[in-house]
Amino acid sequence: MIDPVAKPLPRPVLRVQDLAVSFTSVSGGMLHRKQRELRAVDGISFELAAGETLGVVGESGSGKSTLARAILGLIRPSRGRVLWMGEDLTGLDEEALRQKRKELQIVFQDPVASLNPRMTAGDIIAEPLWTFYPHMERLQVEERTRGMMKMVGLLPNQINRYPHEFSGGQCQRIGIARSLVLNPKLLICDEPVSALDVSIRAQVINLMKSLQRKLGLALIFIAHDLSVVRYISDRVMVMYMGHAMEVSAKTSLYRRPLHPYSNALMKSVAIPDPRRARELRQESWLTGDMPSPFQRPQGCIFHTRCPFRVKRCEADVPALRRMESGDWVACHRAEDLDLSI
Amino acid sequence: MKLLEVSGLEVRFATPEGVVKAVNGMDLTVEQGETLAIVGESGSGKSQLVMALMGLLAENGSASGRALFHGKDLMRMTQRELNGVRGKHIAMIFQDPMTSLNPFLTIEQQMVEVVMHHQGLSRDEACSHAVEMLRAVRIPDPEERIQQYPHEYSGGMRQRVMIAMGLLCEPELLIADEPTTALDVTVQAQITELVGQLRRQTRMAIILITHDLAAVAEVSDRIIVMYAGEMVETGGVEDIFYRPQHPYTRGLLASVPRLDRVAEEDLHAIPGNPPNMQDLPPGCRFRDRCSQAMEQCLRRPPLWADDGGRMSRCFLPMEGGHVAVAEGGGETPGETAGEGAA
Repeated sequence: MIDPVAKPLPRPVLRVQDLAVSFTSVSGGMLHRKQRELRAVDGISFELAAGETLGVVGESGSGKSTLARAILGLIRPSRGRVLWMGEDLTGLDEEALRQKRKELQIVFQDPVASLNPRMTAGDIIAEPLWTFYPHMERLQVEERTRGMMKMVGLLPNQINRYPHEFSGGQCQRIGIARSLVLNPKLLICDEPVSALDVSIRAQVINLMKSLQRKLGLALIFIAHDLSVVRYISDRVMVMYMGHAMEVSAKTSLYRRPLHPYSNALMKSVAIPDPRRARELRQESWLTGDMPSPFQRPQGCIFHTRCPFRVKRCEADVPALRRMESGDWVACHRAEDLDLSI
Repeated sequence: MKLLEVSGLEVRFATPEGVVKAVNGMDLTVEQGETLAIVGESGSGKSQLVMALMGLLAENGSASGRALFHGKDLMRMTQRELNGVRGKHIAMIFQDPMTSLNPFLTIEQQMVEVVMHHQGLSRDEACSHAVEMLRAVRIPDPEERIQQYPHEYSGGMRQRVMIAMGLLCEPELLIADEPTTALDVTVQAQITELVGQLRRQTRMAIILITHDLAAVAEVSDRIIVMYAGEMVETGGVEDIFYRPQHPYTRGLLASVPRLDRVAEEDLHAIPGNPPNMQDLPPGCRFRDRCSQAMEQCLRRPPLWADDGGRMSRCFLPMEGGHVAVAEGGGETPGETAGEGAA
């Protein structure tokens, strides 16, 4: 069993152990029916403490959103455990799981599409209260809603406006307010800023950071871009095709990533400096696309795109192992590669 | 040599709440072979500007002004004349490659049709030309992959196909509207590199439209920064990145999360939201979000310019510039709202 923890932390509230999610894809007609297994998440383990933020980064298809949904029980995992305060969520029935959602919440990527256009901002934010506390006083609900709006930087007098009257950034604030209205202890943000303009992105990242501190939330922040999670994470997990390639403390990851894939993700981030950007542009060495999930490479899952691969990588699957620094990496060559930035 | 010369371009939309002016008097030129980036956030008018040039505005939209392409005004062309220009001389690629490709046709069918139509090639010639283009944008095994349907391509490959289709007729101008926004960072880097290669190796001019200033640092020659339907700053790429003048440009640069520097505690953010285009504040449109706003910003700011084509629209003086247009009173949104669609 693997528990990638960088340094001793307060007791973890969330323990994910060897979590796996598979989907079955059916293709062909009635006579040539083919069933194939797609392993979206394949043996992920980590721990998260109260007040801690784990960034999860990877390309589309890396399984990061599936991981989020499996933790919340929105998708049933095919293997592994999700221990929330010591209790295994994967064993719970629908109703018990529903009750747990008071403590575990999610913010989605597309701020506009995830809000009901026919409900006012106030109703959207208050809906979880009505669902879980149907006998709550109307006045109390409204007071709490206004309080939430203020907390996420919306004006309480906008309570009766509809989503289309807000900008993308404001819609994301509504989504955040809704996810926090029940006072959850764990918040998962699934690419909360990817759909936002750069100038608004920074606002939302800073807001999440301050809310996390204020409320002592355990936070999982998913992005496809390492530069975005840098400002908010304590540790970062880099995922590739359902596997964790590296789980490192922020301080070490951004100075010296251990996995070639982490390094590749970093080199892909555009540099807002024309001279440096032009100097540093070598042939982008992460070539090609992610292989089809139905044709998973043997050995190290990343070896087909890895510039540092050796014979061994094509045959042996590297285990996620703990380095002296306390960071975790799944690469045979982690010791002899210097990927300092 | 000037390839495209736009002056006084305005774009209006008729909405139930009245007329919205999405682009308010834009001037710009594109030289042969240069890459111009137009940067701005949602609602800045950057996309509507090029849609107007291409005659692709939505039905409730109308445009006025001049856009000379090789001396001919795109704004006064008939549909027929425009069809002769679009695709052949000016090609455009959009943000979401999946919605721009026809899911029912193979890539070959979609590409060959374009070449046969515009260049009068035979089917065989057109096909080998299409394969060449796919090879140029580095699609592996182009001879085989050209037979496939769009859904068999990954997101990054589809965007390459879109670029290849844009290049088919060797256009003089390629317009790319947020070509990398919907893609993974790794794919963004690959597409950026591809655009950089085109910029170096062809005489084609490129207009890149984006909300992300960082994305165009590597490949642009000149940049126009737009805010709420207007140009607020323009200059060479090094001017904009190393000597930004307008507070909005500075704010945009500071809010880019970067990996090439030690991270500060908090990311710099531009406070507030872009203004509602139906209810614009008088004076400087950026005033409400500007850290350097002053009393006089309630009036329309002057436009500064120098001899090198650098401009900034702000009350703060521009380094080495002189006031080109003092628009003190200027037009207020109240006046424009009363005008009918042109």
